[in-house]
Amino acid sequence: MEGRRIGVYVCHCGLNIAGTVDVEEVAKYAATLPSVVVSRDYHYMCSDPGQALIKDDIKECGINRVVVASCSPRMHELTFRNACQDGGLNPYLLEHTNIREHCSWVHEDKAAATEKAKALVRAAVKRVYYHEPLEVKEAPVNPNVLVVGGGIAGMQAALDIANGEHQVYLVEREPSIGGHMIQLDRTFPTLDCSECILTPKMAEVGHHPFIELLAYSEVEEVSGSIGQFKVKVRKKARYIDESKCVGCGVCEEKCPWKVPSEFEMGLAMRKAIYIPFAQAIPNVVTIDKDLCVYIQSGGKKCGACIKFCEANAVTPETLLNQSDQIVELEVGSIIVATGYDQFDPSVVPQYGYKKYDNVLTGLEFERITCAAGPTGGKILLKDGTEPENVAIIHCVGSRDQNYHEYCSRVCCMYGLKYAYLIKELTGADVYEFYIDMRCFGEGFEEFYKRISEEGIKFIRGKVAKVTDVAITEEEKGKLIVVAEDTLLGSMVRVPVDMVILCAALESRSDADKVASLFGLNRRADGFFLARHVKLDPVATPTDGIFIAGCCEAPRDIPDTVAQAEAAAAKALSLISKGKITLEAAVATVDEAQCQGCGRCEEICTFHAPKVISKNGVMVSTINETLCKGCGACAVACPTGAISIRHFTQEEILAQVGALIEV
Amino acid sequence: MAEFEPQIIAFCCNWCTYAAADLAGTSRVHYPPNVKIVRVMCSGMVNPIYVLKAFESGADGVLVAGCNLVDCYYLDGPVKCDAMFAILKKLVHILGLEDERLRREMISASEGVVFARVVEEMVEGLKKLGPAPFKVKKGAVV
Repeated sequence: MEGRRIGVYVCHCGLNIAGTVDVEEVAKYAATLPSVVVSRDYHYMCSDPGQALIKDDIKECGINRVVVASCSPRMHELTFRNACQDGGLNPYLLEHTNIREHCSWVHEDKAAATEKAKALVRAAVKRVYYHEPLEVKEAPVNPNVLVVGGGIAGMQAALDIANGEHQVYLVEREPSIGGHMIQLDRTFPTLDCSECILTPKMAEVGHHPFIELLAYSEVEEVSGSIGQFKVKVRKKARYIDESKCVGCGVCEEKCPWKVPSEFEMGLAMRKAIYIPFAQAIPNVVTIDKDLCVYIQSGGKKCGACIKFCEANAVTPETLLNQSDQIVELEVGSIIVATGYDQFDPSVVPQYGYKKYDNVLTGLEFERITCAAGPTGGKILLKDGTEPENVAIIHCVGSRDQNYHEYCSRVCCMYGLKYAYLIKELTGADVYEFYIDMRCFGEGFEEFYKRISEEGIKFIRGKVAKVTDVAITEEEKGKLIVVAEDTLLGSMVRVPVDMVILCAALESRSDADKVASLFGLNRRADGFFLARHVKLDPVATPTDGIFIAGCCEAPRDIPDTVAQAEAAAAKALSLISKGKITLEAAVATVDEAQCQGCGRCEEICTFHAPKVISKNGVMVSTINETLCKGCGACAVACPTGAISIRHFTQEEILAQVGALIEV
Repeated sequence: MAEFEPQIIAFCCNWCTYAAADLAGTSRVHYPPNVKIVRVMCSGMVNPIYVLKAFESGADGVLVAGCNLVDCYYLDGPVKCDAMFAILKKLVHILGLEDERLRREMISASEGVVFARVVEEMVEGLKKLGPAPFKVKKGAVV
């Protein structure tokens, strides 16, 4: 460690520091410390003349290590690193110690504060002695972007990026894009038709020259890191020739095999060869392999679709020989917008879902009111008659310690929308059973007020049960909603014909698989964790992977669109910079000491260390693009082979050992 | 004789507790000058050796503090820190130090007041406990 020449700069910060700390004395004291060749105090070190002191001393006094004692490094470390760099010194040869926030501002006794400042400077001098120059590395960014999920979030993000003329791959696992939003009838609080506002966007996605749509596909494998991801996508076989299919629907008409339609929430049937809904993008048929008798019989039975397809898109060849394809993509960033699942209310047995015919979930009711839905938009009971009274139960699975503690954010508003539609279309009496009305968005409170004035009955209280056991003449043949009206303080029994359950939005049932695929983390409630809930809401722990929409938390359409645009902006800013700066203070392995035990691999949250064979010896290597420099591996390493640059054991032990004067 | 002034070394993570101490400063929340902070990037970075070194070099108490479980910059640093801390507690016990000399806290960046309160509590507690037995007196022959 020969040749260390340390310069120490103690800042007055006007009277902010000098008011409590004898700055001159600290500077004088620093001059007496080993290897210190220059020690100065100055009014404002962060000012241009202050920084010039450092730059000049690097040139004139040949200092090669710098200690600045001033404010918090969280404020000005970068300023002084840049000053070092401008002076021709590696920026990591600076040690910044905090004698303002951690000293002058929090202590009153000038002598004690001065002693503490001296100790902090002494420790910084000891530590900077061991600082080594670090190289700030850069890596290029592939401008292509992968968007996973073709709901409104994924479509919006894809369009924003593609409109900037960057290539987007949009992967959707269902046969068509559209997500949950295309299943909705109208959107609150404006009551505009969901399909009408969404289908133009879907068409735009389908035709965009910069979007390659991979519908009916799933991401299988993701490797690499920010800027350079390699992705394998399984394009599932539709058993038809997509390039020839014109979506005329004749095959669908002729196909004799039916199952409940997923898109219609099981309220209508679809065929074995099907287009999930009229405006599907891409507008091509898909064959349900398990249901297709031709495929299952090896070509011996049926074949109606082959006979009737004029475009020659369905042939014995496509039906019997087509298989899944693996598409390999290279992208620089990934936006995960995989959406939500609707909570299954049959796990709350007291609400009678799946037990009573006319107990529906929100999404089922959306299909019923939709003009293109199974009832042609008529609100009908299972027996085909119109309901005379309907109960809407809020917070089913939400705000419930037995299921999900969180609020699903959209149920109050769609509950009000249903009340409006029922009143408008049938004139039935509507009862809203709610815990609290949470109408917080733009136009929400106004909508609530409007609905309240239309004769809807609001009952504040959690529903105890839905039953068909009548105790009065009036209740016979009805579903009776039993609840406590907490405003009256009494139990109520309300006989109705139909019950709509405002079921919670919950994380996807396969969210764990998606999380491990993309290196995401899940919160206790199952949704994906953002990098910072307030200040970095679309970034994730894995650099270059962003999240948007309901996979992050329940939210309505405007919030989802805003978040998708935020994620797109993040991806675009990466593309626009074209390169990434890698954290310099990352883990490094001393291969001579490493035993290849793999403890580092186990403990790292970011999958940065990997034990590989080097000339037949197992050693750990660090992927510096993934490493965040948290230091967990260095603590875990049993042989001490791993250290964190800029936070090495030598550095920290030197600092700790010098803090207390004995 | 002057009152015993315990020396405390606090290992604070850059993102939360160090920032909390910064906030205590900007809010001018006063606390005793007995504490000196070592900035680490993550509470999970604190090697038990660092804490032992602190005691060896004369600390009467050591604080290891970082983010809460929910707002860790590195996601699960506090979990790793807790695992390390459990081992550390045993080590310190074997060395014959009182449990109160070693403290683990999770203090978020918004909790400047909490940081100040923790320091005050530690100083009070350590004053009652007296100097750590390892403290080497100036000029003593070791």
